[in-house]
Amino acid sequence: MGYFRGFAVTFRKLWEKRVTIPYPEQKRDKPERLHGRHVLNRYEDGMEKCIGCELCAGVCPARCIYVRGADNRPDDPVSPGERFGYVYEINYLRCIHCDLCVEACPTGAITESKLFEFSFTNRSDAVYTKDELLVDGETGRPQHLPWEDWREGEDADTSGWMRATSPSGSAAYAGRVSWSGELGYGVRRPEQGQSGPEAGDDEGNVA
Amino acid sequence: MVIAADPLLLGPVDLEVFLIVLLKVVVSFALLMVSVMLMVWFERKLISDMQNRIGPDVAGPWGILQTLADGIKLFFKEDLIPENADRPVFKLAPYLSLVPAFLVFAIVPIGGDFRTGDGTVGWFGHRTFLQVADPPMGILLFLALSSVAVYGVMLAGWSSGSKYPLLGSVRASAQMISYEAALGLAIATVFLTGGSLSTHEIVSSQSNWNWNVATTGVVPFLIFLVAGTAELNRPPFDLVEAEQELVGGFHTEYSSIRFALFFLAEFMNVITMSAIAVTLFLGGPDGPILVERVAWLWPILWFSLKLSAFLFTFVWLRATLPRIRYDQLMDLGWKVLIPLALGWFLLVAALNVGRDRGWSPVPVVLVSVAVLWAGTAMLGGAVRKARAERRALEFGSDEALDAGNGA
Repeated sequence: MGYFRGFAVTFRKLWEKRVTIPYPEQKRDKPERLHGRHVLNRYEDGMEKCIGCELCAGVCPARCIYVRGADNRPDDPVSPGERFGYVYEINYLRCIHCDLCVEACPTGAITESKLFEFSFTNRSDAVYTKDELLVDGETGRPQHLPWEDWREGEDADTSGWMRATSPSGSAAYAGRVSWSGELGYGVRRPEQGQSGPEAGDDEGNVA
Repeated sequence: MVIAADPLLLGPVDLEVFLIVLLKVVVSFALLMVSVMLMVWFERKLISDMQNRIGPDVAGPWGILQTLADGIKLFFKEDLIPENADRPVFKLAPYLSLVPAFLVFAIVPIGGDFRTGDGTVGWFGHRTFLQVADPPMGILLFLALSSVAVYGVMLAGWSSGSKYPLLGSVRASAQMISYEAALGLAIATVFLTGGSLSTHEIVSSQSNWNWNVATTGVVPFLIFLVAGTAELNRPPFDLVEAEQELVGGFHTEYSSIRFALFFLAEFMNVITMSAIAVTLFLGGPDGPILVERVAWLWPILWFSLKLSAFLFTFVWLRATLPRIRYDQLMDLGWKVLIPLALGWFLLVAALNVGRDRGWSPVPVVLVSVAVLWAGTAMLGGAVRKARAERRALEFGSDEALDAGNGA
C-alpha cells in the first residue's frame, strides 16, 4: 500500500510544530555575521579608516559603490595617511550584500551591520552618502537614520571582522589576520590561532 | 408537466409562496458565498498545516477574513483586457464559469428529516423541501451545468489571444469532457438503485443508513471521487493551470474582478461537487437525530459534516499528490475509469434485472463476471495491439508489429 503512505505523512504534519514564524511580529535571532547595511568605521581617535583606494568599488559585482579619493591636508587630515575617501556612496537598489567590499578593504574601513529591513520612498534615499554611512564620531555606533528601523542588537559588533593587515604595526605580523583598533570597540583579543607574544596586548602594544 | 414535486408549489402559488421561494434563493446564495469564503480560508489554512507553515493569520481571528481581504484587493485592482482578446467573449467567459457553479447548488437538499418524515420542513405554515428546486430531471441538471462550465474555461482561454491560456483551455476541455463520461456512468449506477433522477427521491431512497455508497458497491463512489477531482481541475489533475508549464492556464490573462470570478467559481465547484457526492452516495442529510428538541437541526448538521469531510479530502489530495502527466491523465480516464464505470453499471443493472425477475443471484453474478472479463480481455487486447502498431509506425520495425499480432 505504498500509494497511501504519502497521505499518512501529510496527515501527521497537521500536529507537528510549525517551522515558520509570524515574521514581522516575531523575528529569529540574527546570525552574528549577518550581511546588512554597511558602515564606514573610524579609528579610536576618530579618524576615518577609508583611504579612498576604490578597491571596494572595483570588486563590487553589482557596481553599487562609488568612491572618489582626495589628498589629506597635512594640517587637518581626515584619515591617517596620504589619501582619504572624499566621496563615498552605496546604492542600495543595487547592493546584493555579498560582502566582497568588506573582504577587499585593506584598512577595515567598510563593514556591515545587521540591519537588512530598510526601505525607501524615493531613489535618492536609496543612495547612501558618506555622511550617512560613517559611524557616529563619539560612540562608534552606526547612525540611526530617520527612515531606518533599527532593532535591538542590529548595530552591535559592526567591526567584528578579521583584517588581513597588521594594525599593530608589528612587522612580524604583516599579512597575518588580527583585529584593527576601532572607535567604540578598542582592540580585541585575537581569535584562536592568532595569539602569540608578538600579537600585542589589548591596547595593541607589542611587547 | 410537473416542474417540481415540492409540496410548497403543488397548491395555488400566491405571494406568500413566492416570498418563501425568494427567501430560499437568497439564503442558499448567501450560504454558498459564505461557505466559499470559508472554503478558501480552510484550504489555505489546512494546506499550510500540512506543510508545517502557519498560513494566513492576520485578517480576523485565525485569518478567517483573509478571503474577504483578498476579494477587496482584487476588486480594486486594474482590470486589464489584452489587445488581441476577443472582447465580448473575454468578458462573458467568467460568468459562464460562475453561473453554473451557483445553479448546481439549487438541486442539493441540505436538510429535512427523511427518516420519519418525507424530507419536508415547516416554513411559515407551509411544508417545503430544504432545497431551492427539485426538478424531475434532477441530477441531469448537474451534468448539463458542469458541461456548460467547460465553455467558460474553453472560451476564456480561446478569447485571451495568448498562447498559454489557449493551451490551458485545450487541456481543460479535453480533460473535462473525458472525465464527464466516467462521472456520468458512475452517477448512472445511482439511478439504478435510487430509481429516480430527482435528488430528493435519491436522498429519500437512502434514508436509514441505506446509503448508495454501499448499495452500489464502493466502486462507483470511488470513480465519482476521482472523476470529480478531475472535473474540478484540482490536484493531482490540475494540468489545466499547471503553473510550471502554462503560467496560470486559461486565466493567465485575467485580472481584477474577472479573475476573482474564476477563482470563486473554482472553489464554488469544489463545494457543489462535494454536496452532489454527499447527496448521491452518502445519503445527503441522513443521520440519527440525537436531540429531539432541535430535530430540524440534525439533518443540516449531518449534511455539513459529510460535506466538510469531502472538502478536507480534496485539500488532503492537493497536499499529498504530485500532478500527473497529461498522457497518464488520458489513460486513466479512457482506459481505466470509463470501462470500469461502464462494467460496474452493467453488473448492477444485471443484478437489478435478475432480482426483478426472481432469478437466482449466483448464476447472474457468474455470467455477468464472465461477460465483463471477456470485455476486459478484448479491451486489453485492443489497447496492446494499438500500442504495438503505434510503436511500429514510430520506429518502423516489423518485429514490434509481429509481437503485437502474436500477443
